[in-house]
Amino acid sequence: MTLGFGILEIVVSLAAMLSAAAGLTWVERRLLGFWQDRAGPNRVGPFGTLQAVADGVKLLFKQDWIPPFADRGVFILAPAAGMATVLLGFAVIPVTAGWSVAGHLNVGILFFLAMTSLGVYSVVLGGWASNNKFALLGGMRAAAQMVSYEVFMGLSLLGTVMLAHSFSLVDIVMAQGRMWFIVPQFLGFVTFLLAGIAETHRLPFDLPEGENELGAGFHTEYSGMKFGMFFIAEYAGIVLIASMITTLFLGGWLGPVLPPVVWFLLKTGLTICFFILLRAALPRPRYDQLMMFGWKVLLPVCLLNVAVTGAAILLFSPTG
Amino acid sequence: MATIHIDGQPFAARADTNLLQACLSAGTDLPYFCWHPDLGSVGACRQCAVKQYSGPDDTRGRIVMACMTPVTDGAILSTRDAESLDFRSSVVEWLMTNHPHDCPVCEEGGECHLQDMTVMTGHHARRYRFRKRTHRNQDLGPFVKHEMNRCIACYRCVRFYRDYAGGEDLAAFASHNSVYFGRAESGTLESDFSGNLVEVCPTGVFTDKPFSSRYVRKWDMRGAPSVCVHCAVGCNTILNERDGSLRRVLNRYNGEVNRYFLCDRGRFGTGFVNAASRLRAPLLRASDGSLQATSMAAALALFGEALSTGPVIGIGSPRASLEANFALRTLVGAQNFHLGVSGIEHDLLTLTRDILRVSPARIATLHQAEQADAVLVLGEDVSKTAPRIGLALRQSVRQASFEAAAQARIPLWLDAAVRSLGTDARSPLFQATPAATDLDPIAVANLRLAPEDIARLGFAVAHCIDPASPQVVDLAEAMAGQARAIADALLAATRPLVVSGGQCGSAPVLQAAANIAAALHRTRPETRLMLTVAECNSMGLALLGGEPLDAAMEALEAGMVATVVVLENDLFRRVPQARLLHALARARHVVALDHLASATTQVAELVLPTATFAETDGTLVSHEGRAQRFFQVSFPVAPVQDAWRWLRDGAKAAHRHDLDWQHLDEVIADLCAAHPALTAMRGAAPDAGFRIAGSPIRSETHRFSGRTAIHANVSVRDAKPEANIDGPLSTTMEGYYGEMPAALRPYFWAPSWNSGQSLNKFQDEVGGPLRGGDPGIRLLDGDPVPWRYHDAIPGAFQPRVDALMVLPKGRLIGSEELSDRAPAAKPRIEPAALSVSPAMRQALGATTMLSLTGAVHAVAVVADPAIPEGVALFPAHAHPFPGFADPQWAETAAP
Amino acid sequence: MLSNVRTLWLTFLHLFHRSETVGYPETKPYMAPRYRARIILSRDPDGAERCVSCNLCAAVCPVDCISLQKTEDQGRWYPEYFRINFSRCIFCGLCEEACPTYAIQLTPDYEMSEYERPNLVYEKEDLLISGTGKYPDYNFYRVAGMAVPGKDKGEAEREDPPVDIHGLLP
Repeated sequence: MTLGFGILEIVVSLAAMLSAAAGLTWVERRLLGFWQDRAGPNRVGPFGTLQAVADGVKLLFKQDWIPPFADRGVFILAPAAGMATVLLGFAVIPVTAGWSVAGHLNVGILFFLAMTSLGVYSVVLGGWASNNKFALLGGMRAAAQMVSYEVFMGLSLLGTVMLAHSFSLVDIVMAQGRMWFIVPQFLGFVTFLLAGIAETHRLPFDLPEGENELGAGFHTEYSGMKFGMFFIAEYAGIVLIASMITTLFLGGWLGPVLPPVVWFLLKTGLTICFFILLRAALPRPRYDQLMMFGWKVLLPVCLLNVAVTGAAILLFSPTG
Repeated sequence: MATIHIDGQPFAARADTNLLQACLSAGTDLPYFCWHPDLGSVGACRQCAVKQYSGPDDTRGRIVMACMTPVTDGAILSTRDAESLDFRSSVVEWLMTNHPHDCPVCEEGGECHLQDMTVMTGHHARRYRFRKRTHRNQDLGPFVKHEMNRCIACYRCVRFYRDYAGGEDLAAFASHNSVYFGRAESGTLESDFSGNLVEVCPTGVFTDKPFSSRYVRKWDMRGAPSVCVHCAVGCNTILNERDGSLRRVLNRYNGEVNRYFLCDRGRFGTGFVNAASRLRAPLLRASDGSLQATSMAAALALFGEALSTGPVIGIGSPRASLEANFALRTLVGAQNFHLGVSGIEHDLLTLTRDILRVSPARIATLHQAEQADAVLVLGEDVSKTAPRIGLALRQSVRQASFEAAAQARIPLWLDAAVRSLGTDARSPLFQATPAATDLDPIAVANLRLAPEDIARLGFAVAHCIDPASPQVVDLAEAMAGQARAIADALLAATRPLVVSGGQCGSAPVLQAAANIAAALHRTRPETRLMLTVAECNSMGLALLGGEPLDAAMEALEAGMVATVVVLENDLFRRVPQARLLHALARARHVVALDHLASATTQVAELVLPTATFAETDGTLVSHEGRAQRFFQVSFPVAPVQDAWRWLRDGAKAAHRHDLDWQHLDEVIADLCAAHPALTAMRGAAPDAGFRIAGSPIRSETHRFSGRTAIHANVSVRDAKPEANIDGPLSTTMEGYYGEMPAALRPYFWAPSWNSGQSLNKFQDEVGGPLRGGDPGIRLLDGDPVPWRYHDAIPGAFQPRVDALMVLPKGRLIGSEELSDRAPAAKPRIEPAALSVSPAMRQALGATTMLSLTGAVHAVAVVADPAIPEGVALFPAHAHPFPGFADPQWAETAAP
Repeated sequence: MLSNVRTLWLTFLHLFHRSETVGYPETKPYMAPRYRARIILSRDPDGAERCVSCNLCAAVCPVDCISLQKTEDQGRWYPEYFRINFSRCIFCGLCEEACPTYAIQLTPDYEMSEYERPNLVYEKEDLLISGTGKYPDYNFYRVAGMAVPGKDKGEAEREDPPVDIHGLLP
């Protein structure tokens, strides 16, 4: 693989990622509109498709306001960190067998987990640097929530790793040739899905933002493009989690007839739509319910999943 | 005390009251119309029906009129019994059959007792389908509006106007449904208390005409407790303001002072606050000699320079607050501070203060004056100089009828019966004045004497009472007899009262009054003394202490003064014009602080606009030495500011750092520290930090409207509310309203009592002191000092052939500076004329050239048979002699 | 858990429902005559201002966006100024309910957006219309007891002529 091709791959991936994230803002609002029996954004461009562009222009031209009481450096760093960690996470996603920015990285899952963990900093620092009660509370919630769900996210993936005998995402996809891991690893799928939602603090787990009690949570003080970065990072996060779900549980690019890229995009897209459906349908739990659900339900389920998967492998594996 | 059971609850009630009063005192909402705490019961409206049971076993009971039934121990009442509820709702329905559909266009709407009672009684839909009777209205003059259709025939107006205030020209006409309350023909109401009809009338028959011209509903006005500035009585008032203009004045009950009624000067004299002649910007004398508006900075620069150019003298004012006078005194130094009253007035004021301090007979409150059973008035026409005292003395003559009623076992609140008795039984009231007064008809004897003779009579009375007091030599036989008669009447009383004042400009009159009171006090410990002074803070000035105006004039004339600072004082009312102009011309800088343009501001080099009593906080000391705080209701636009702030800023501009007050409370603290005699004034009202449940007192009602629209034409953004840093009242509807010190009550309102009658909810008992004590701190009640009789008895008055002794005549409107400037009161200013005896009138003709206060003008001459020979009366401060206030010999000449 | 799944399913089905959105301004909705939008001041059948400046609308306004000052002309009360700050108005209609003379009325005209907030401050001249609005026949002074130009004492509905107070007949 030449350097040039690598750079091209990075550029294309980044461009695709960012435009997907931006486009998602429109897709989400349209879909929410449909699910709520209304139109959604339909004024800018055909069917409102240029809404994302309009929003981008608006965000760019908004006053870039840094509150005088904020911790200036950290305040600027926080959204950039959020954006960077999410984008870096994409490096390991295998869109097709040969198309992955980081190539065939043998610790792909660990890299992904590391990046999502780093994402916590963005939210916590943003909340802290704003020097605002609501923002700080939002940041605190985010820290607690993300650190908690980090644990099961890792644990929930152990099953797939055990089945694939590899941390490499390409290997994991390849291991699903016979059967998507969603079937043997259904519990792992469910816990990873939930942990993923919590990691990207999407509805119904968007307590760090909690509009009704915290204003806008950790990004209360943000405006203009800094807010835009948090905003895009959130959608990029959705894409990332959806791609991971596709890769880990839905057989990645594997599929008949259609080219692998299309399969990957299709599966990822549908997963994203499911994320949006969750937002449209489910109410937000209380914060203590969220934490209790994580520690008292998901953690035991994950451990059970690991134990059962391990036992099953020991039982049925040819070497066992 | 008796115990009565109202709706099953036992309450303690005074046995000498009626059931209505007892129910209201107990806090029960019992509707009524015709009963009034100070007018008694007549049983005209039948609205206060309750059911009374003869005992615990009585299940049927009977309907009684609560206002006509005395309290008896163990009485059992039901106000909520179905039959009495039904009775009351029927009564209000009858009363409403003829009441017009006027509420939206009625000035009483929203604070209407009839509205309140109708709602309370539950009558909400008209069933009567027939026609309403109508009446034509009368024009009742500049103060009171008449709309007779609304009348419910409670008779309160005539009971107040005729029976209570002694008016003659308002009466009930026609009969039954057609009964009409008005004058025989359209015309100005003559009584000086006509404004009280507005508050007495339970509905909108009589309404406030000046208020109507800039009308807003009660709930839309900010209120503030204030003190009347139009005479020395210190009646408590409520000022109502909206949108920067003072809308009206209401009576604020004070159980010891004005109670339920105000005079028309106090109620309608405040128009000067909104007058076009108000100073709104600093004025500086330009090079062409005219006064030009200038900036605050430029004014202060010049003020600072003027203050730095010594020597500086200050002239205070009896119509400015203690705090403002004290600020000036501090600015110029005690030795350079002048009280701003003429030499004669200064001496009388000091004498009055000293007499009141040491007299064994203590100072009468207005309420005590009402209860005096024998009164002697020496030399003061209180019915004009302090009209509210006149009204109190009117009540005092009823004391004898109260005794007669008690003997006849008639309760005192049974007004019609007691008044019938009173036509024959009147307590003695003696007047010794130079001319007729409004109290003449109710007095036992009216002696018309020159001031010296009044004093001699007084000394003679004192000698008759206590032979130890000095004897008047060569007293005329007739006067000796009169003195004897007065002495006997006073000695026959248990609560005698001696009233006098400085109107005659005669110290011996005051001393004689003091002697009589002291002599009486030896055997009548409840003897009271009441000495009036000229202006709202005259007594405060006397307590502050300072030189008379004459000393300032002498210093100016001697050229020893570089700068003179005049505080809220029109010197042309006190010093002859020629002398004043000459004296002021000798000073390098004349700085005048005032809120109204006056002759003095016209000649000043620098004029600084100060705040009126409606726009600042301060303390006034009334004639009885009662320190009372008034609070600002209006927030003036800069550069208008409190006088003491101007003086402070001036000191700062002159690089002085000893006047660095930021809040009124700091001024008060310094004042109290500097003047031990005034220390107690601090307690006149709570300070600016006062909070209840963490909140200031709200000055706007909970229903205050238009906040986001009233100034939207100027700026659509909501303006920040004004800050009140000097007082404990908030400037908005946010804050506390409930139980509070009576001195802070900004308006009277209680749930379902929107009218002023809600007052019942704020008194200990109906007609008693306000809950928490009546406001005001008396400053002159010190430790008793051994009394020594005054013995400077003047010789008898000797008429002169070449001159007349011209005495100042009091007028309701026109002789007092501020009310004089109220547009609404202008039509009530009587034309000035020289009153002389008929013989003198013959000699002088219809007009004469009068030389008074150094000027000569043609004045009309009228005959008054009561005036003694050699004496004439001319209204004080009247055109063309604004400087006339002290008695003086005046020559006359043919025109 | 199952209920959550059911919720997801039911929400998903809404994808196939008809949208409720009305495409304003291409499609104008129907406004009932009693719809509560732009406030006007009406005139009585004789063409005179109905508002008598009783202040009840201002008192009842929950956002305090009405302010007025009473003045008088030959016994008839008018507002000297009448100001509504529509940038504060919440179109609750309480002012109309409170109005004893049917002067203040809400109309179905809702298109009153402005780019400048001060343009939303309406004075009496902006509010006053020349008709009677929703209540064609009512004339307050015909039922009130005050004498106004054109209606003397005793000439209102259900009124007796003024009493002759000098007559002594019962």
